[in-house]
Amino acid sequence: MNTLNVAVDEFETSIADVDRAEVRVDVRNLDFFYGKVRALKGVSIPFVRNKATALIGPSGCGKSTLLRTLNRMYALYPGQRAEGEILLDGENILAPGVDLAQLRAKVGMVFQKPTPFPMSVYDNVAFGVRLYENLSKADMDARVEEALTRAALWNEVKDNLKGPGLGLSGGQQQRLCVARGVAVRPEVLLLDEPTSALDPISSAKLEETVTQLKADYTIVIVTHNLGQAARVSDYTGFMYLGELVEFGATDEVFTRPATRRTSDYITGRFG
Amino acid sequence: MSEIAIPAMTRRAAPRGAFVGRIFEGLCFAAATTLLLALGGIIASLAIGGWPALSKFGFGFLTTATWNPVTDVYGAAGPIVGTLVTAALALVMALPVAGGVAFFLTELCPARLRVPIGTAVELLAGIPSIVYGMWGLFVFAPLFSKYIQLPLMAAAKPGSLLETLTTGIPNGSGILPASIILAIMILPFMAATLRELLLTVPAAVRESAYGLGATTAEVVMSVTLPYVRTGAIGAVMLGLGRALGETMAVTFIIGNSHSFPKSLFDSGSTIASTIANEFTEATSPVHTAALIALGLVLFLITFAVLGLARLMLRRQGGGL
Amino acid sequence: MSAGKLVRRRAGDAVFKVFCILVTAVALVALAAILWSLLSQGLGGLNLDVFTKRTMSTGSHGGLANAIAGSIMMCALAMALALTIGVLAGTWLAEYGGRSPYASVVRFLNDVLLSAPSILVGLFVYELLVRPFHGFSGLAGAVALALLAVPLITRTTEDVLQLQASTLREAGVALGAPLSYVIHQILWRSARSGLLTGALLAFARISGETAPLLFTALNNQFFNFDLRHPTANLPVVIFNFALSPYDDWRRLAWAGALLIAGAVLAVTIVARIVAQEQKRS
Repeated sequence: MNTLNVAVDEFETSIADVDRAEVRVDVRNLDFFYGKVRALKGVSIPFVRNKATALIGPSGCGKSTLLRTLNRMYALYPGQRAEGEILLDGENILAPGVDLAQLRAKVGMVFQKPTPFPMSVYDNVAFGVRLYENLSKADMDARVEEALTRAALWNEVKDNLKGPGLGLSGGQQQRLCVARGVAVRPEVLLLDEPTSALDPISSAKLEETVTQLKADYTIVIVTHNLGQAARVSDYTGFMYLGELVEFGATDEVFTRPATRRTSDYITGRFG
Repeated sequence: MSEIAIPAMTRRAAPRGAFVGRIFEGLCFAAATTLLLALGGIIASLAIGGWPALSKFGFGFLTTATWNPVTDVYGAAGPIVGTLVTAALALVMALPVAGGVAFFLTELCPARLRVPIGTAVELLAGIPSIVYGMWGLFVFAPLFSKYIQLPLMAAAKPGSLLETLTTGIPNGSGILPASIILAIMILPFMAATLRELLLTVPAAVRESAYGLGATTAEVVMSVTLPYVRTGAIGAVMLGLGRALGETMAVTFIIGNSHSFPKSLFDSGSTIASTIANEFTEATSPVHTAALIALGLVLFLITFAVLGLARLMLRRQGGGL
Repeated sequence: MSAGKLVRRRAGDAVFKVFCILVTAVALVALAAILWSLLSQGLGGLNLDVFTKRTMSTGSHGGLANAIAGSIMMCALAMALALTIGVLAGTWLAEYGGRSPYASVVRFLNDVLLSAPSILVGLFVYELLVRPFHGFSGLAGAVALALLAVPLITRTTEDVLQLQASTLREAGVALGAPLSYVIHQILWRSARSGLLTGALLAFARISGETAPLLFTALNNQFFNFDLRHPTANLPVVIFNFALSPYDDWRRLAWAGALLIAGAVLAVTIVARIVAQEQKRS
């Protein structure tokens, strides 16, 4: 609802350019369908290597949908399909014949709700690693420790690695999921509203972790929390009703949004 | 940035569990298909096994009541009627009680008693049917004979309806006693099912009815019951299906006579009790085939009832 | 609202309430009576001989030991068979079959088998495993019991798997694991108490079944540990002894009935405890 006297251009978009050589995941003209309903309309967005890109927008704008195309999670559900191209290091992951298991080993995901597996902390972290690698006990121990350290959880669990993953607090569980995700050394890390189920202290810890992980992984983070997006990400994409409305460096998007819709959202006029 | 932080560029082989994965799904599918085959097998074996009798006696198998192993002539009317009558009577007796228990537990029961009584009802649904049968024969039958049968038969004037309904030997066994035992047996199951059904009525619906000043009876009759009507019919049919197929609860106390029962106190038989009593001592292949043919009839009846029940429960929704 | 109508409504309500309370009392009394008979008659016949001596002819002070052993063996074998098929079938329905037409058919037939008269299952197994091999066997009895347990286990497996959060499935798949690996490494583990409850309830159900054993396992006067032969079992022994004219056999029948009912109740209670623990965690 527009209460100002300024005409809002409904189709105005603004996509900043990025250095193509630095793009790790390139989404080109992506359409997504839930059955007959088109949830994503011609979305093209680049995700830059070793940077964090935030996807923001009101509920239902398609940001989670977009995230879930990047590791083809939607393939679990019949009736959902994607059309277009998503290039990971030059290869189109939407092509038929792509090995989904391998893809998901390269593109890791952390979910909104912490989902520790019903096993010990150690086994949780080792789970993904055991899928693809045959490590000796010493190597596995090292890998588990490395992953838990990067997730800022090592000090809290190092004395009880055999304890059940479900026995940790909510914030700890979520960091366990992050550890689990990075233990397999993915190339891209997808985070779907990772702090929305956490208290402020755990959220802050997790944000710190993400900031540190940026150095080694290409990160895409979907968030409802504009402050979080501003704190953590280098690039931001604003989505609305299935379209990418604006994309650019986080500083630019937040301080000098190029489109009316973006500035309305960021200033809290809707959403 | 530590060295181990660099994403590994090593080629990855197929993940652990990939090969097993293909077999796993196949195994699961095979298991699901086994269910299909089992049911198909049951129908097929009953049909094949019963064929000699069905072809020999034709449609008359269903309508004649002679059951004579000596002359090898078999007619299933007696057991069929016995099955239908006992099941129907049991249902008529059990349904109001089960409904009353269900309503009691959901509307009237004080909160502290709800769990104990509810649990008691569920636990009792698990008591093996042979226990009901034995109790029926050794405890119930003598009491029934002494306190109900004899007085009723004595009070019945010659030629009255009561007399026709009550002729027979007052030894406590017969159609009515068997129906009563059967009713007691399906009671816990039906009460538990109906209660679960009633619990699906949203609190908001019931509360708004109470809020309008309706009495408990009115809420139940005008709001709750219509809400669960289709599901309740389904639950009733499930109970009917149980009653039709029950063996042990009836065999002890039905009297085991193959002829048409002529009164409520007369001996009769059900399909299940006939099979149970005679199968291992069947005197000829035709006898065996006749018993299997009886089984086929029972299966078809139960299948129809269960199919209808499921249809009703499906329409109700709520995953019952 | 006229006073007369209000009175009528109140009266109707009172009648209804009285009816409900009465029938509940009647039901509880009837069931209490049955339990009472079971306890008084059964305990009277229960002694050490019941557990140590095999069934013998009347007057010989026999027991039920071989029947107990036979029942335990057959139920155990039946559960092993039923769990294998049931859990896999339930998993297929929940994870692979979904809403496909074939899955709907399987579900329907599963429900039919669940409520099918157990004596007909006995007939089927007779045709399948007794007649062709010219002999009754404990194996046939176990198969008949398994056929009765499978639909129950299939149903509870499917229900319990569908309760697992979809994010759990997705989290496993997101690491690059094949779906089947996620199912048996994560989902089954996560659902294990629900699966246990289902197994216990199925066990409770089949341990009391008589009709399907009548012409599959038949009976055996002696101990028998080779399930390819007729095997003694509690329900059939109780059936035969109860209908006999001998007092000592009838006492044993009550004792046996008490044992079975006690076992069923105990297993059901354990199942409920497991379910409560699950709900609490």
